[in-house]
Amino acid sequence: MAAHLLLLALLILLAGGLAALLAGRRSALASNCAAGATLVAALPGLGAALLGLRGAPATLEAAWQVPGGRLLLSVDALSGVFLLAIFVLAPLCALYGAAYLKAQGAERALGGHWFFFTGLVAAMALVVTAAQALLFLAVWELMSLASFFLVAFDHRLAEVRRAAWLYLLACHLGGALLFALFLLAGDLAGSLEFRDFHRLAEADPGVALLLFLLALVGFGTKAGLFPLHVWLPEAHPAAPSHVSALMSGVMVKTGIYGLLRVLTWLPAAPAWWGLLLAGLGILGALYGIALAAVQRDLKRCLAYSTIENVGIIFLGLGLSLYARALGLPLMAALGLAGALLHVWNHALFKGLLFLGAGGLLHATGTRDLNHMGGLLKRLPLSGALLIGGSLAIVAVPPLNGFVSEWLLYLGLLQGATQLSGAAALPPLLLVGLLALTGALALLVFVRLVGIALLGVPRSPAAVTAHEGGASLLLPQALLLSACLAIGLFPGAALGLLAAPLALLAPPGASAALLAVPLAGPGSLAWLLLALVSTAALLLVGLRRRRPRTAGETWGCGYALPSARMTYSAEGFAELAHNRMLPAVLRPAVGGALPAELFPQPVGRAQASADPVLGRLFQPLFAGLGERCVRLRWLQQGKPAVYLAYIFLTGAALMLWSLWALGGG
Amino acid sequence: MIAHLLLHLLVLLLFAPLLPGVIARTKARFAGRQGPPLLQPYYDLLRLWRKGFVLSRTTTWVFSAGPVVGLVVPLLAALLLPFGALSAPLSFEGDLILFVYLFALARFFTAAAALDTGSSFEGMGAAREVTFSCLAEPTLMFALLVLAKLSGGLSLQTLFGAHLPAAWGSGAGPALGLILVCLFVVLLVENSRIPFDDPNTHLELTMIHEVMVLDHSGPAFGMILYGAALKLMVLGSLLVRLALPWNSGFWLFDLLIYLGGLLLLAVLIGVVESVMARLRLVRVPQVLIGTSLVSVFALVLVLR
Repeated sequence: MAAHLLLLALLILLAGGLAALLAGRRSALASNCAAGATLVAALPGLGAALLGLRGAPATLEAAWQVPGGRLLLSVDALSGVFLLAIFVLAPLCALYGAAYLKAQGAERALGGHWFFFTGLVAAMALVVTAAQALLFLAVWELMSLASFFLVAFDHRLAEVRRAAWLYLLACHLGGALLFALFLLAGDLAGSLEFRDFHRLAEADPGVALLLFLLALVGFGTKAGLFPLHVWLPEAHPAAPSHVSALMSGVMVKTGIYGLLRVLTWLPAAPAWWGLLLAGLGILGALYGIALAAVQRDLKRCLAYSTIENVGIIFLGLGLSLYARALGLPLMAALGLAGALLHVWNHALFKGLLFLGAGGLLHATGTRDLNHMGGLLKRLPLSGALLIGGSLAIVAVPPLNGFVSEWLLYLGLLQGATQLSGAAALPPLLLVGLLALTGALALLVFVRLVGIALLGVPRSPAAVTAHEGGASLLLPQALLLSACLAIGLFPGAALGLLAAPLALLAPPGASAALLAVPLAGPGSLAWLLLALVSTAALLLVGLRRRRPRTAGETWGCGYALPSARMTYSAEGFAELAHNRMLPAVLRPAVGGALPAELFPQPVGRAQASADPVLGRLFQPLFAGLGERCVRLRWLQQGKPAVYLAYIFLTGAALMLWSLWALGGG
Repeated sequence: MIAHLLLHLLVLLLFAPLLPGVIARTKARFAGRQGPPLLQPYYDLLRLWRKGFVLSRTTTWVFSAGPVVGLVVPLLAALLLPFGALSAPLSFEGDLILFVYLFALARFFTAAAALDTGSSFEGMGAAREVTFSCLAEPTLMFALLVLAKLSGGLSLQTLFGAHLPAAWGSGAGPALGLILVCLFVVLLVENSRIPFDDPNTHLELTMIHEVMVLDHSGPAFGMILYGAALKLMVLGSLLVRLALPWNSGFWLFDLLIYLGGLLLLAVLIGVVESVMARLRLVRVPQVLIGTSLVSVFALVLVLR
């Protein structure tokens, strides 16, 4: 049943995409077809997800002409977790995108864009349900290609082209490792079907380690795991906002799905795999959030925060592997529950924040925080929604971010109190580092809200900004209500995760998890809401009754304050990056300082490129390129020489096969 | 249950404003002055309650959310916390995380309210507040972890439970001493006290918290002052319980020990403020990183 519902959703998406492609230059029609199809497809899609989450796996089989391939879809509890996120976020992004691209639709054909949009949604749904290695690799490629074309939407801009190429490159380097992973796994299991991969559980430790590392690097590249995240801060800002929301909200999570799926096949993980995952996770979280604090570009800041959140999810996964290896089922279940819930939560609030960022971009025409300011007065609804999203992502009660981080903390604390000696040290340190990440996230989002929405407008565009239409706001409002709902009813959200946890966590863990007092944070969230509303009503009542004077902001006696004197994005983070962060992460400041007694006007500018990209990958690939230049002499440009190459290769392969047959 | 809750709230709401009064009086005595009456903070709150509002035209609802959240959060956090030997009205496993993150919520709105005025002074205060708390928060977490490790529980009620006197006597004494120091530093940072911040001079560029609330007036400013007093009492309760961990068995004596401890703490803060100068701003992160390391060291001491 679940698999048939999924098939129906996929067919609707396909039809919508083709209709959009046929609509071609009639952009409004293309938008309506594709967005409508995504909305309609979400209904059977959500049905499939919820059925999957109830635990009974459903499969669908068909023949496929590709040699070694077979169309095999399977919806189980793990697929359900990710399907739910996909089919919640995708229709909202489509609805938003249709309104968001309206102005551009007059100038250019949107058919292609919408074709790839529905293609991406379908490919993601297929990735999390494909149950055959070749099919998985095919739809994985499809997902990468569709998202590449979506990122390259504004391909007339050089920076967008650069970002899109970087993304394509990263996808394929990761993808190459996945080919190796699945071919090796298929060879070991003797079949390419996922249901036979349980035979990998008998693989010897060295092979298992190789498979694990291949999966970690291959899927980690897609997920934006540190230090393979380099495509992410370039691609997210380059894409249109509804695409950024979809990519950041759910597409990067397919990497996490892949790793989880592979881990269900491998033999029981040794403790150090868990520590590796948790260590990379917390490093990525700290790195991402520290760099988010120095970005001027609103969407780049959000992209770095995605790296942080992916890091937190990996921390949860690592924690659960570590606990499982040490025989602590409750801790393993808490880590896993926190990670899976964070997958959902991040899809909700990061979707909301990217859509909100798109709203600000729409209203002001810029992504530069320094050219915003005072937008809450001009866009009261968008502003309030963005503040709500920021509260959710900094994980403060009563919103959903707190619930998943609370579960992770609880898991870490379980480990810290129950383990003894050196084994307790990793969870203990991780608690402090997670607290540091949380405090830095607060800095980042206070800065984002304060510099973009509050204060005075710092550019003419910000002065005249005005609210977008209802179809821009409605998706964001729905996402924020979902964030609040999970915060107020954490037990219900965790109840949905019962079957995936039973699938992934060690036996006995689910029962232990039921004993977790989830009512605590839930009831405190209600109490907090009630108290805040009471105090707010009190203040509003007093403001009605008491005399009120409106005036200028107190400038400490200075009579002529100007907008340029208010805090800028760089200024707000200056203390943090100069006094707290390591020098490697500091942004490069260019331009001369004013000198002499009567200084001339000088310009200072700050650039915050990614240190891993600039210091590690670019020199590495530049070096590789230089080495490869030496092989240029192979390219003679004469057909005879190339024929000789083909002959030699053929002969070598023949000899190899003869030798292999003879030896085997 | 209800009586217990009411007693907890009454003690908190009535006693909290006395602490700033005691601090001010101690500082005045050190300076050779008479000083304001001990009850001056109560008079201030009454006076502010009756006043009108002066609001900047730049501000939005976020500006008013600052005082509201700043008042509610310490109130709610106090419900999770035992007052001395008096148990907490609300308690569940993992409430120590909620305790820390509730203060993060208050910080979000206080800093956002400061940025809402568009004043560069208040922006400066907001930037400093959120930056320094990045270092104070892990310290608080580590300190609570030491207690969690010793008690084996994960609620503030068990962390500050009856096992503390025995823990002081056992091998964990040095670790408890270290986190006592760490918690005192966190208390000074979070409540904007010398040597990290100066609560008296409003216009200095060195300010953190006071500069963030420059534009508030009337009852809203009263809410901020009241919220600050509550926060001082709530964070102070951690220290008092740790330093005076006795249970007498009779609630009135327990309450008196607790309140006496708070008064002593206020005097101690006053003494520190009188004998120390404010740290240079660039030294503050260094001191805080040092404190974090001390708390990690305390953690290593209790690892067995």
